[in-house]
Amino acid sequence: MSDKFTNVWTIAEAFEGKLKPVSFELLARGRSLADACGEQLVSVLIGAKVGDAELNSLISHGADLVISVQDPALEAFIVETYSNVLLDLVEQRKPNIILAAATNNGRTLMPHAAMRLHTGLTADCTDLQIDLATGDLLQTRPAIGGNILATIKTPNHRPQMATVRPRSTQPLPEDPSRVGKIEQVQLKPELLDKRVMRLSFKAEAADESNLQDSDVIVAGGRGMKKADNFVQLHDLARLLGGKVGASRDAVDRGWARYPQQIGLSGKTVLPKLYIAMGISGAIQHLAGMKTSETIVAVNTDPNAAIFQVADFGIVGDAFQVLPELISRLEERKS
Amino acid sequence: MLKIIVPIKQVPETGNVKMDPETGTMVRDGVVSIVNPLDLYSIETALMLKEKYGAVVTVLTMGPLNAVKALKEAISMGCDEGYILSDRAFAGADTWATAYVLMNAIQHIGDFDLILAGERATDGDTGQVGPNLAAGLDIPLATYVRKVNELDPEQRTITVERSVEEGIETLRLPLPCLLTVVKEISYPRLPTLRGKKRAKTVDIPVLTAEDLNLKREYLGLKGSPTRVVSTKSPKVTRNGQMRTIKEDKDVSTAVDDLINFLEERKLI
Ligand SMILES: Cc1cc2nc3c(=O)[nH]c(=O)nc-3n(C[C@H](O)[C@H](O)[C@H](O)COP(=O)(O)OP(=O)(O)OC[C@H]3O[C@@H](n4cnc5c(N)ncnc54)[C@H](O)[C@@H]3O)c2cc1C
Ligand SMILES: Nc1ncnc2c1ncn2[C@@H]1O[C@H](COP(=O)(O)O)[C@@H](O)[C@H]1O
Repeated sequence: MSDKFTNVWTIAEAFEGKLKPVSFELLARGRSLADACGEQLVSVLIGAKVGDAELNSLISHGADLVISVQDPALEAFIVETYSNVLLDLVEQRKPNIILAAATNNGRTLMPHAAMRLHTGLTADCTDLQIDLATGDLLQTRPAIGGNILATIKTPNHRPQMATVRPRSTQPLPEDPSRVGKIEQVQLKPELLDKRVMRLSFKAEAADESNLQDSDVIVAGGRGMKKADNFVQLHDLARLLGGKVGASRDAVDRGWARYPQQIGLSGKTVLPKLYIAMGISGAIQHLAGMKTSETIVAVNTDPNAAIFQVADFGIVGDAFQVLPELISRLEERKS
Repeated sequence: MLKIIVPIKQVPETGNVKMDPETGTMVRDGVVSIVNPLDLYSIETALMLKEKYGAVVTVLTMGPLNAVKALKEAISMGCDEGYILSDRAFAGADTWATAYVLMNAIQHIGDFDLILAGERATDGDTGQVGPNLAAGLDIPLATYVRKVNELDPEQRTITVERSVEEGIETLRLPLPCLLTVVKEISYPRLPTLRGKKRAKTVDIPVLTAEDLNLKREYLGLKGSPTRVVSTKSPKVTRNGQMRTIKEDKDVSTAVDDLINFLEERKLI
C-alpha cells in the first residue's frame, strides 16, 4: 500500500508570523515515525508573514524539508483555500503520513481534506507508532469519554492522517547543525476560494482561554465552598506559573467561568502538573484531565475517586493545605 | 422560508458507561441513550433562527431505528421534521463513512440553506463529521461558531463569530453553508408539551442505502478507511503516594512531603 506514498508530513501553524509551539511538538512525533519508516520528515507551512529564521527553526527541530506556501491571501485561515492548497501538495507529492495539531484550525482543515482525499483521520492521538510488520501507522486515542484507549489503523488508504493535542509531546532540543531544505511554493491563484470572507479578528485576553497551553493547572471544585476561596487557587497558580481550572460544579455555581471548566463537557487538558483541590473525581471530570503527567489531589474524603488517578494525594482540608503550601512556595522563591 | 438541516447523533449517556474489564469493550446493556449533549446547541441555534427569520428545521440522524427517539426529542423542542437513516450496512461507520451517508441523505431530501452540526459527539469525540460533510457537499464551512451575528436573507449571507485559540474571528459565508457550533452560542430550551404531542404523531421516514442509492463499498465498517485494531483499558489507578492529615501538625509534614515530591519531579 505505502509504495507510492512516502514521507511524514507535519502541518506547521503560525500566528502573526511566529510559529506556534505545537509545530515543533509535531516534529518530535514525526521524527520518530520518519526514522522508523526510513523516510523524510517534511514540515508544511501554509500562511503568511513567516520569515526564514522561523522556517529554519523547523529544520533545527527535526524537519528535513520545509514546504512553505506563503501569500498575503493566506493570512486568514479560510478552510476551503487551505484545504485546496494541501490537497494540491498531497496529490503532487503523495505523503505517507500527515500529522496536524488538534487546534481549532487543525481540527477543521484535517477532516475537510481527509474527506476529499477519501482517507482516514484519527483525532487527538495520544500515541503514534509504526507497525513494523506492515508499515502502517498505529494511532492510539482515548475513546468513550476516556474509558478506553483504542488503537486505530488506516490499512488501505493513503495518506494516513492524525491530529495530536498541543502540549502532549516535548519538542526535540534545537540542533542548529541539522541540515535541511526550505522550498518556497507559489500559491496558485486557482486554489483561492473566495466564498468565505474574514471580516475581522479580535485577540482575546489569553487567560483561561488557553488553559490547554498551560504546564500547570490548579483546579478547584465544590470543596472550595465559595467563590472567594478561588483567590487562593489563583495565588497558588501564580506561584507555579500556572492557570486556574474548575470542575463543572464550581462553574455551575459561578465560582469560575465556563472556559475554565475541565472535563467531558469542558476542556481536555494535559499539563505537566494538575492540582485538584476539593474535586471528587467524577468520571466526566477525569475524562478531561486524567492523562495529565503528574496529578496532585487534596480532598477530605479518603475514598474520593480523584485519588485513583493521583500521583500524590493528601486526605485533608484544602483550607489547611493551601495556605501552608502557598507560604512554603513563597519562601522558596525569596 | 429558510431550510435548516440539523444532523444529530444519539449517544450513550456517558455518565453511566461501564467497561467490561475482560474484553475492554463497552457494556451496552442498560445504557441509556440521549441526544448528543452538544447537538442541543445546534438545535437551539436552528430554533432561534427559525423564530427570527422563519424556517423549516429538519433533523436527521444516522443510527439504529431506536435513534428515532433522539429525533422526536428534537421535534418536541420545536424542530419541524425528521429523517432517520438506518440500514444494517451502515453499522460500524467511521466519520468518513458517516459523512458519506449524511451528505447523500441531505442531497436526497432537497434544497437547504444552512446545516448546523454539533462541535463533536460525546461518544466518538472526534468533531470530524461536520467538516467532512461541508467538504463532501462542497459548501463553505465555519467551525467552532460561538455566535450568529446576522443572517441576511436578501444577500443570502450569514455572519458569524468563530473561536480560535488566539481569539475570535468574524466570518461572512454565503448560503448554503455549514456551521459547527459550540456551547457558548446559546442555552438549549426544554421540550414543550405541545412539541411532545406533535413528536408523538409526526411521521419520521426511514431512509436506507437503497433509498439513497449509495455505493455499497463506501458503507459501514467495510467502507470506513479507519479500523480499530485493538482496545485497552488504561491503567485505572496510578497507585500514588498518600498522606493523611489527622491533626494540625500533620499539615506541615504533608506539605513538606508534597514539596519534596514536586522537586523530585522537577515541577518546582
Ligand atoms: C453529561 C455530563 C457531563 C459532565 N461534564 C463535566 C465536566 O466537563 N467537568 C466536570 O468537572 N464535571 C462534569 N460533569 C459533572 C460531574 O458528574 C460531577 O458532578 C462534577 O465533576 C462534580 O464536581 P466536584 O468534584 O467539584 O463536586 P463534588 O462531586 O461535590 O465533590 C466535591 C469534593 O470536595 C471534597 N471536599 C469538601 N470539602 C473539602 C475541603 N474543605 N477540603 C478538601 N476537599 C473537600 C468532597 O470530599 C468532595 O469529594 C458532567 C456530568 C454529566 C452528566
Ligand atoms: N450518526 C450521525 N447522525 C447524524 N449526525 C451525526 C452523526 N454522527 C455525527 N453527526 C454530526 O456531527 C457532529 C460531530 O460528530 P463527531 O464527528 O462524531 O464528533 C455531531 O454533533 C452531529 O451534528
